[in-house]
Amino acid sequence: MNDESQRLPVVTDQDVVRVRQLVRTVAVAVKLSLVDQTKLVTAASELARNTLVYGGGGEVEVTRVHNERRGGIRIVFADRGPGIADLDLALTDGYTTGGGLGLGLSGARRLVDEFDIDTEPGKGTTITIVKWCR
Amino acid sequence: MERVPVLKIGDILLVSIQIDMEDQVALQLQEDLAERIVATGVHGVIIDISALDIVDSFVGRTLATIASVSRVLDAETVVVGMRPAVAITLVELGLSLPGIRTALNVELGIAMLGSREDDGEPEDDEPDPVVVTES
Ligand SMILES: Nc1ncnc2c1ncn2[C@@H]1O[C@H](COP(=O)(O)OP(=O)(O)OP(=O)(O)O)[C@@H](O)[C@H]1O
Ligand SMILES: [Mg+2]
Repeated sequence: MNDESQRLPVVTDQDVVRVRQLVRTVAVAVKLSLVDQTKLVTAASELARNTLVYGGGGEVEVTRVHNERRGGIRIVFADRGPGIADLDLALTDGYTTGGGLGLGLSGARRLVDEFDIDTEPGKGTTITIVKWCR
Repeated sequence: MERVPVLKIGDILLVSIQIDMEDQVALQLQEDLAERIVATGVHGVIIDISALDIVDSFVGRTLATIASVSRVLDAETVVVGMRPAVAITLVELGLSLPGIRTALNVELGIAMLGSREDDGEPEDDEPDPVVVTES
């Protein structure tokens, strides 16, 4: 059983700030620990920026989720940009095509409990992450 | 666009980041600081991040660039006040902030900068007057 989702566009730098703030608010509401809140907001910041910079903008959806044992947060980052041709390469620490540190994708994956990428060259990229309460 | 204020206190520029910076604001701070270092001739920069609840790769990279640029301009940078949860997250993200000196708070940061001068050329005994100017 899942609650209603909240959606935000990711079209400007400021939208990335709004995504961080929304994720923080929901993370507090589901009672993630402070360290887990910080990890989730940081991962969301990385992925929202990628959506903006590489995906040419897109949308973020934040949802409170539950299973039999615990609650958590699911966040989906979706764009209709160029997609990622070589996923293994993109997920390598230090790989960047944009002059960054190349830590966004690989680092975000380490910071969350579930990480799933659906991408197709020319069609876009959708990344779904989940963080569960301990 | 908001701007992060840069204060001059004696021979130090103090930056206290109090807002959740959009990327452009962080880049602007990087430029402002380089200009102020040259304009004021200070030898130390303290960046207080105790109000930041996250540091992602972009802000981390900006801090590293500020430290490198300052060094080229003969100023040492100390980042102070990092929250424990932020430190844990940064390490897991893979960002070890190489080349950045850190201290637990502003006071210790100032002490760190001061000790650099002590083992350098001899100083006069007169303490520098503390002048605070807003940019
Ligand atoms: N949504 C996306 N659409 C297309 N390509 C992407 C997307 N997200 C990431 N990539 C590709 O994957 C690479 C690695 O991304 P990652 O976030 O790890 O590094 P970065 O953004 O280049 O640097 P950093 O995030 O450390 O500042 C990017 O350089 C880009 O080529
Ligand atoms: Mg990135």
